Amino acid sequence: MNFITIDKSNWTKGIEKSRGTYQIFGPVEDENGCQIKSLEPGGQPKMNADVTVMSPKSVLFPQTETILTADLDESKEDHHIMKRAEQKYTPRAVLGIRPYDARAIQLVKLNFDTKDYRDPYWCDAYEATTFVGIGQNRPTPFDFSTSTGCGPFSEEGLDVLLADLDDRYLAKVLTPKGEAWAAACGFDAGADTKESQVLFDILKKEAEKNISTDLGTDKLAQKSILDLYEAPFWDDVAFSCINCGTCTFVCPTCWCFDIQDETKHKKAARFRNWDTCMSPLFTNHASGHNPRESKVHRVRQRFMHKLKYFVDKYDQGIMCVGCGRCVASCPVNIDIREVCTIMNNYEKK
Amino acid sequence: MDTCIEKIKAICTDLLANGEVEKVIGFAGGSIPMATRPIAVTSEADVEKLVFNAFCGLNLANYVSKNNLPKNGAKIAVVAKGCDARNLVTHMVENQVPREKVFIIGVPCTGMVDKRMIAQRFEDEITQCTQDGDTLTVTSALQQEVIAKKDVLRHNCQYCTHRNPPVYDVMSGDPVEEQILDQPFPDVDHIASMDPETRWDHFAELTKNCIRCYACRNACPLCYCPTCFVDESSPQWVGKGQDKTDITTFHFLRAFHCAGRCTDCGACVEACPMGINVRDFTRKLNKDALDLFGWEAGMDLDRRPPLDVYSPDDPDDFIK
Repeated sequence: MNFITIDKSNWTKGIEKSRGTYQIFGPVEDENGCQIKSLEPGGQPKMNADVTVMSPKSVLFPQTETILTADLDESKEDHHIMKRAEQKYTPRAVLGIRPYDARAIQLVKLNFDTKDYRDPYWCDAYEATTFVGIGQNRPTPFDFSTSTGCGPFSEEGLDVLLADLDDRYLAKVLTPKGEAWAAACGFDAGADTKESQVLFDILKKEAEKNISTDLGTDKLAQKSILDLYEAPFWDDVAFSCINCGTCTFVCPTCWCFDIQDETKHKKAARFRNWDTCMSPLFTNHASGHNPRESKVHRVRQRFMHKLKYFVDKYDQGIMCVGCGRCVASCPVNIDIREVCTIMNNYEKK
Repeated sequence: MDTCIEKIKAICTDLLANGEVEKVIGFAGGSIPMATRPIAVTSEADVEKLVFNAFCGLNLANYVSKNNLPKNGAKIAVVAKGCDARNLVTHMVENQVPREKVFIIGVPCTGMVDKRMIAQRFEDEITQCTQDGDTLTVTSALQQEVIAKKDVLRHNCQYCTHRNPPVYDVMSGDPVEEQILDQPFPDVDHIASMDPETRWDHFAELTKNCIRCYACRNACPLCYCPTCFVDESSPQWVGKGQDKTDITTFHFLRAFHCAGRCTDCGACVEACPMGINVRDFTRKLNKDALDLFGWEAGMDLDRRPPLDVYSPDDPDDFIK
């Protein structure tokens, strides 16, 4: 664990220098709001950007990703044999990621990297990626990350955590990956460990004061699944829902995907797309049976997955990091904080 | 307009008390600044939850369909701005819901505000917003602004010529003056004046950040097909990934399905999480419907839409 000081006047130079090693991702602002994007040489991350509309999950888990390809030309020896799509997993650095988004990646990892299964696409991308987070001195009004096991200065899942001190960044280097990144940037001005940690602690405390939502999740684990499943409140929760995929697509922890095959001339590709439990196609059976036929079923699935099934299966808290993106983007103002409170407080009569 | 809310509540209380309606679909206050939430009020006690303000930007006709009408003789009441009422009329003209099942509580509307336009005036996130008549007081951690509603109206509201519901059962206020516009479609004219390549680029740029969440489709009262063509899987009509052609296909087809039906209520743009002005697609069709057929959707229960009648006077030769 060591700290380094990065003068902001050296920041851009360092980032440009690191391009020899890393593909850079970071927040940028365009006409559709802030997004995390791959930055071309010269393109700089907007480190003090508003929260990005979409989370950084796409860096490891693109919305559409080709996973297998095949040649359909029967004159070829290996025709119709599906092979892993060629994809480069050269080092990449995500700059300016918010601490809650880094935790989200650890939650998604629970699904893609298990004892029994290792999703090679996600895991290879994960291993190639260095996460350089920035502490949030001023959390947004939608931020409730202190209730979800992280917070504005959480270190989980990060390789480096930066603190913005106006004219400089104070960087807490957390992993060997983080050390390698700092070295590639040429950031080597060491800072006193003890003093720096005190500063981080103060900033963290100040930042956390700005988060007003204190979300109760303590009783979810002890509830009966069926009681919650059959609870009478779902019709009311779901009434306004239009069943768009916004909440699930902007969510940093939603990991469901759907597999599609497409052919064009003599080429075939199998790819995966983000799926959304809001869609009538989600888990629709080939038989025609749809286990989640109505909007109420689908809304219930989303909240039960995040706030109950996940809690029970992984014992890692809720499948939500408190970023508030779904709250901010939902066209009909369905608020996961309210639904969580209803579920946490529910007692079967 | 916000004085309407007391009248709306009084009307709703009466309707629910005398059993004339099973529920009232209206707007409730939201949990975050500048948000409202569609709600179905079924008891007099819940009438107090209703609000009507400059943030009621969705279209409540979207919550009325043949699948959710009361089974008995009761009706559904809907709090309806000009555009909501026109979409209810469109539902009726398209035989989705019978007129006698819907009680329209008309609201004379002076427009909804563009939340993105307001957010752009702030360096940080908005923490509070209150409305007093035509004035909004908007607060963030760093600044506070008093904004005139007329300066931040949504584009579709700026160009609205039917603020008063054309069909209603009761009005919740005196009709407001309708706008008369010299140039009702400057945006369409602008796009039409582009050379084909530039125009193509315009639409490619427009949808480049589309995430295919289908919020635009799902917020639209016109999109009531039991299975949308993009959700059809046997056979599959369109690819489901982020391929540009597939995204464009979705947007083009969605727009064409709205031809002669769209009321330009703006719910699609309101719902889009990526801030895409999908009205750039539908507005051209609205202009064509007006120019070629003198048609504006949802104005009249007794007139058939131009695309479901044959007329010897059709302006196009190919059909004669």
